[in-house]
Amino acid sequence: MKALSRIYNTLIFLFLYAPIAVLILFSFNDSKSRVVWNGFSLKWYEQLFGNELIMESLKVTLLVAVLSALIATVIGTMAAVGIHGMNRKLKKVFLTVNNIPVNNPEIVTGVSLMLLFVGAISFMNHTFGTHFKMGFGTLLIAHITFNIPYVILQVMPKLRQMDEHLYEAALDLGCHPVSAFFKVILPEISSGVFTGLLMAFTLSLDDFVISLCTAGSGAQTLSVTIYSMIRRRVTPEVNAVSTLLFGSVLILLILVNVMQIYSENKLKKEQRRAGVR
Amino acid sequence: MEKKPIINLKDISLSFDGEKVLEGLNLSICDGEFVTLLGPSGCGKTTTLRIIGGFLTPDSGDVFFGANRVNDLPPYKRPVNTIFQRYALFPHLNVYDNVAFGMRVQKKKKAEIAKTVERMLEMVNLKGFEKRTVSTLSGGQQQRVAIARALANDPKVLLLDEPLAALDLKLRKDMQNELKNMQKSLGITFIYVTHDQEEALSMSDTVVVMDGGEIQQIGSPLDIYNEPVNAFVADFIGESNILDGVMLSDYKVKFFGRVFDCLDAGFEKDEPVDVVIRPEDINIVPAGNGLTGTVTSVTFKGVHYETIVDFYGFKWLIQTTEYHPVGEVIGIVLDPDDIHIMHKSRYSGMFGDYSSYSEEFDEMNDPTIDLVDDEADAAGEAD
Ligand SMILES: Nc1ncnc2c1ncn2[C@@H]1O[C@H](COP(=O)(O)OP(=O)(O)OP(=O)(O)O)[C@@H](O)[C@H]1O
Ligand SMILES: [Mg+2]
Repeated sequence: MKALSRIYNTLIFLFLYAPIAVLILFSFNDSKSRVVWNGFSLKWYEQLFGNELIMESLKVTLLVAVLSALIATVIGTMAAVGIHGMNRKLKKVFLTVNNIPVNNPEIVTGVSLMLLFVGAISFMNHTFGTHFKMGFGTLLIAHITFNIPYVILQVMPKLRQMDEHLYEAALDLGCHPVSAFFKVILPEISSGVFTGLLMAFTLSLDDFVISLCTAGSGAQTLSVTIYSMIRRRVTPEVNAVSTLLFGSVLILLILVNVMQIYSENKLKKEQRRAGVR
Repeated sequence: MEKKPIINLKDISLSFDGEKVLEGLNLSICDGEFVTLLGPSGCGKTTTLRIIGGFLTPDSGDVFFGANRVNDLPPYKRPVNTIFQRYALFPHLNVYDNVAFGMRVQKKKKAEIAKTVERMLEMVNLKGFEKRTVSTLSGGQQQRVAIARALANDPKVLLLDEPLAALDLKLRKDMQNELKNMQKSLGITFIYVTHDQEEALSMSDTVVVMDGGEIQQIGSPLDIYNEPVNAFVADFIGESNILDGVMLSDYKVKFFGRVFDCLDAGFEKDEPVDVVIRPEDINIVPAGNGLTGTVTSVTFKGVHYETIVDFYGFKWLIQTTEYHPVGEVIGIVLDPDDIHIMHKSRYSGMFGDYSSYSEEFDEMNDPTIDLVDDEADAAGEAD
């Protein structure tokens, strides 16, 4: 039985990671072949950095990821604080509404956002004579939109764990509500806010469907570019850029975990040193 | 100097989700007073305190600080500080920063802050704890930090919501003394919430007994204990035997079919009343004198015995230092000042009967109740 489950586990991991391993390996291959190993080389990486299309879309991707993560974190945190202060019934309604885009198929979110943008832009261009079109702006708005629910989901539990009287204690000591938020609430929920930020960043980097729907012809994210490249044929450049993406997300995840473990250990050590009962 | 009202609550009412939590609450608190709100869980003590602190706004009624109506003054502008039920220390700050928090908000000078923090920590016996994170402190130490943090702002009024509830008995007693001493030496008004009647009686200048969102009685600890206004107060503040009686005239009350002298007057002729007799006021004498009853249970309580005595079917609690075994027939004598008379209230008949104390379950059967008057009459007048 045990052996069986071990085999099963191994198979699962093999299926999950073997393709990635192969992809990484062949990004260093010295030939175009995806089957035969011709020796180590970095030439695909060189070509990659020389490819303007890829470089341009990488810039767009990073910019959208950073901006949308930051903006979604601010809006999402404020929303979470607001929802936290609601009465039970209203809170339930809002959290349910918040969960819909999370569980929704991405294609639905993407298409509906696209329809919204098309409608709004044509309305604006008609009535105000503007010349808006889909591009970086709509892409950014779309990413902010789908990131917000994830930030809220990360921040809410931290607010729930927080001693509800902390905020009141700050007011009691003379703090204005706004400064009470920054001095007392934010430090308490900071870990949730930070995970929300990272999550938003990776989700944005990762996104393909919604970007494809909302970027129009004005801007392209990396995933969309890769997609259009492999429609013609898969070049090892694609392997190289995928490897880089995979590597950076991996490093990010490891960093977050290490940081979490470190801060937990620190607290434990402090408590042990103080001999708390 | 003492009798200047500093806080006035006028006709305060408040409901949560249509449920009345406070109703027609009137309370005046004087400068420098130690006032305790006392009552069972859920009676509205915390709610009252939160109205004074500014965290809740009453549905109707007014809150006055001195002559100013402050209903709409937010908490951060009120000259009061609160010690919360579970301290609410800031976990991300160390002890020093917690205590300094309020003064930093007020933009006090660094040197002044340092001096005040040092003075406060000295007062609560926490010198040398400045750099400690609050999560590394014991419950009692956290309690002290909360006190220091509140007092560092030099409040006119300190609100304390069951500040000692989480501490063990010994520590609680020590902290009671310390708090009382601090209040006296600083001359600050304390509004203290507790459901521990002993704590209320021993610390307060004025006790406010609450139940069901209403104030039952306001008075000094002695008044509240000796002159409870109704069966609820009599029962909540210490143990009481509460009997049905009839006020025949001033200073004459009839119960158990007999007439007793008492010190109460001002009732209507033949008014039905509640009669309170404190268990420690009752003198046990050899059988044949006064009322006669049978001991049905004895519990040793350290300082005294709690003796349950059956008088013609009604069971009394008596606290004595002498031991009277179960089954012994004893007599009791009541002096006029052992008897306290109260008007009937909605609490009448709900408290002050110790029948359920007994392990016996052959309780009063109907014939005994019939016997009550006859036997009492037959017992003659022993006074
Ligand atoms: N935010 C709230 N929403 C709804 N009901 C509430 C709220 N706060 C208090 N109540 C209700 O108001 C009543 C009084 O509560 P309060 O906290 O004042 O009681 P308390 O006297 O402090 O009791 P305890 O000794 O248990 O602390 C209770 O019935 C409680 O359930
Ligand atoms: Mg309470």
